[in-house]
Amino acid sequence: MSTVKNKTASPIGAALPRSNALRLLAGRGQYVDDIMLPRMLNAAVLRSPHAHARIAGINAAAARAAPGVACVLTGIDIAAMCEPYAGVLKHVPGMQSAPQLPLAVERACWQGEPVAIVAAATRAEAEDALALIEVDWEELPAVTDAETALDHGTPVIHPQLGSNLCFERVVASGDVPGAFAHADHFVEAEFTTARHTAVTLEPRSIIADFNTGDRRLTVWQSTQVPYMMQWILAHHFRLPENQVRVIAPDVGGGFGLKIHIYGDELAAVAAAITLGRPVKFVADRLESFVGDFHARGHRVRARMALSKSGDILGVEVDDRYGIGAYSGYPRGSANEGLQVSNLVCAGYRHGAYRAVTRAVFQNKAMYGQYRAVGHPVACLVSEGLMDLAAAKLGADPAEFRRRHYHGADAYPVKLPGGPVLERLSQHEALDRLLEIMDYRGLRAEQARLRGQGVYRGIGLASFVENSNPSAATYGQGGVSIASQDSCTLKLTSTGGVVAASSITECGQGGHAVIQQVVAAACGVSVERVKVILGDTDATPMGGGVWGSRGTGICGEAALQAGKALRANILAFVARLRDSEASLFDIRDGVVVDAASGAEVMTLESVARTAYFRTDQVPKDFQPELAVTRSFAQKTYSGAFTNGIQASWLEVDPETGFIRLLRHWVVDDCGTIINPLLVDEQIRGACVQGLGAALYEQCLYDEYGQLLNGSLMDYRVPMAGEMPDIVVGHTVTPTVTSELGAKGAGEAGTAGASAAVLNAVNDALQPFAVRISGIPITPGRLLHALGKI
Amino acid sequence: MKEQRAATELAITLTVNGERTTRRVGARRNLADFLREDLGLTGTHVGCEHGVCGACTVRVDGAIVRACLMLAVQCDGAEIVTIEGAVGDVIADLQREFHVRNALQCGFCTPAMLMTAADIVHANPRASREEIREHLSGNYCRCTGYQSIVDAVEAVCRSRTRS
Repeated sequence: MSTVKNKTASPIGAALPRSNALRLLAGRGQYVDDIMLPRMLNAAVLRSPHAHARIAGINAAAARAAPGVACVLTGIDIAAMCEPYAGVLKHVPGMQSAPQLPLAVERACWQGEPVAIVAAATRAEAEDALALIEVDWEELPAVTDAETALDHGTPVIHPQLGSNLCFERVVASGDVPGAFAHADHFVEAEFTTARHTAVTLEPRSIIADFNTGDRRLTVWQSTQVPYMMQWILAHHFRLPENQVRVIAPDVGGGFGLKIHIYGDELAAVAAAITLGRPVKFVADRLESFVGDFHARGHRVRARMALSKSGDILGVEVDDRYGIGAYSGYPRGSANEGLQVSNLVCAGYRHGAYRAVTRAVFQNKAMYGQYRAVGHPVACLVSEGLMDLAAAKLGADPAEFRRRHYHGADAYPVKLPGGPVLERLSQHEALDRLLEIMDYRGLRAEQARLRGQGVYRGIGLASFVENSNPSAATYGQGGVSIASQDSCTLKLTSTGGVVAASSITECGQGGHAVIQQVVAAACGVSVERVKVILGDTDATPMGGGVWGSRGTGICGEAALQAGKALRANILAFVARLRDSEASLFDIRDGVVVDAASGAEVMTLESVARTAYFRTDQVPKDFQPELAVTRSFAQKTYSGAFTNGIQASWLEVDPETGFIRLLRHWVVDDCGTIINPLLVDEQIRGACVQGLGAALYEQCLYDEYGQLLNGSLMDYRVPMAGEMPDIVVGHTVTPTVTSELGAKGAGEAGTAGASAAVLNAVNDALQPFAVRISGIPITPGRLLHALGKI
Repeated sequence: MKEQRAATELAITLTVNGERTTRRVGARRNLADFLREDLGLTGTHVGCEHGVCGACTVRVDGAIVRACLMLAVQCDGAEIVTIEGAVGDVIADLQREFHVRNALQCGFCTPAMLMTAADIVHANPRASREEIREHLSGNYCRCTGYQSIVDAVEAVCRSRTRS
């Protein structure tokens, strides 16, 4: 709170380099694949070459006899030891999915679905053995077009479900037909976003070891969610939860990819349990493209009704997206659609609203949450409509947005779909953006260059981003994923503090956040705080890192834990000195007289007295120098952040190439714990959105074959083509916590694609053509220009 | 290929991070796996195994190479430097500049990024920002967005050209 946050030189708000980055810079990180255990085997996974095919038989005899092979498991083997699963959220009405097992049993439903696993002495020997497995495939027709997935005549992938519909949601508020009937103007477009995927540089990796002595399962996994994994492994392999330990060592990128259940990883666990030996499975890059979850892939038809004076009378949205053959487990594949239907035009005052979203099954790779879940799609649609409307009315895009932002007195704003915007800073963010980008100057430069045949564009994208999610996201849907987090602190015998927290680190800076908040709350330097993360045996229970929640939720738990430890220390010192706790303070790691600042006791002598010289502690007093505090955000479904981005780019109408010249972001994540880390989170998140805007797409053919499943063919952004990104802030702390921090990890991705699409259309204005789909490849651009 | 499944092994002698070592390696073992699994030098990472992501970049006889695209048996007699053995002012300065700018998040690309960055600092300390971006374009980073990495490399380059 204010005494903590505003104290001079408080670590909260300090741009400190991360202490846990030093190991990584020295090449001394430890990722899962770096761990070599005695007797460890290496696994390789046989995958379906077909998008949809019946397995008439599997002959693995030759593979089992191959050199180095310890075991081969097929679907039937694992079905006997693993409970099936279905990614259904009970609070999403009508949502359905078919039961799924780690390895396909009678039928494979996507190209890349795991079919068998081989554990051998080396990965190479395991792959040699895979080649000896004979599968008798009978190909089935594949459902590969989301648009026709629900049509009569399209095969139903899981006949027992009755259709290829996973779920449909309708959000309705006000009289939409009336709004359009009475509109003076309306604008409409069909927006498309490609299916793409997270591409963490470290592929998914797991080592499972089952100790046949104490029957304990230990798993080292590249995961964002150790406790979710512990629950899943215990539940599905029928083990007591306290017999499962999940350790997340250094994680080489998460972005939401590593919060899902993957059959190949469960199969490695099954092999370890079967053999009573450690088994490692590391996805190679080729199998990652078909084995990892994909995301986005929406087609959104949207229109906006406007009055003569430019008021937004109504918004109508029809969203369709194709997921995999099964809803993702355990989080479901609904959240992209839920967020699209919640958030189109969420940042603007508007009249009637109707949104329909439908998720349909298809024979493609599994699908689910990836950084900024649904927000980039909602933002693309909202900001596309706003630009169309501004153009229709002859208004400046910046001023048109400003005019429609929620007024300062409107908060909290309840959206038609349910979420509540606690308080946004849109006007301030816009002002700040226009200032740092020199909007007027850029417009002048744009006009000047256009006269010389140089086509540059400016694109704006306001965004809102959910953070600090409550139990509304998963817990209410019956999913065993914690929405609370905890932090346990202990004072060490030399006066240091050890903080064990339930969030994890995958590069975003959770380690540093805990360290800085605890240091501030306890009154010690950050160097005195040692942080432990990512081990279900060593840290308290909590949800992990996803949904922009680590800082906002676990940061608050750390703050409260730090305050509690500080209070306990001061109560102890007060008792030792026969005084009042309020007369003491902890400053720079020393207990001082609050009024004079004079040293009373070092923390080391406090700890030594409590631990080693209990003879000096009053008989009726027990100092408690270890505390745990927990926090869950329960006020809203999430604490919304907001901001605005701008893109400045140049289009070459001859080649179709787009050069990103500069990008600006103003973000409001509430209280900033470490501005260095926040700015870098935003830049990195932006670049993932820029990749989606220009390059990234999983291209499938009509048979459900992924055509570009390698890093040679799937383009991710490189240093040479990315612009410098200027980051600014507005600060509106959430009042749902004392810390006031909201999430910062996803906002960049939420708005970047929309800013680029709007900038491209701005650049194309002289040609009187518009593009409404991403990625904006040179081919798409030349096609729009009528050149190909 | 099935009849050749039992891969031929060959003995190689090479110098890695200044230490001379002789090992028998399978003919099909790539340099990245050899460094990681046979020598325990896990600072060299494997991100794609087809030469695109650059996470396995090491120095072989003075040149930066993709360790996933080179066979260990090709390295007989070679002098190899990995992140664990990369010492000297340039790498230390790069590590410091990366740290203060948070030019790494998950750290998976970082050792190789440092190897590539050191290469341009040595070869062309007068490199422009665009040239630095171009030089680093063989090393993917999915976390940072590259700007802070470019800033760090530029700072080290400028420190070498200040008169």
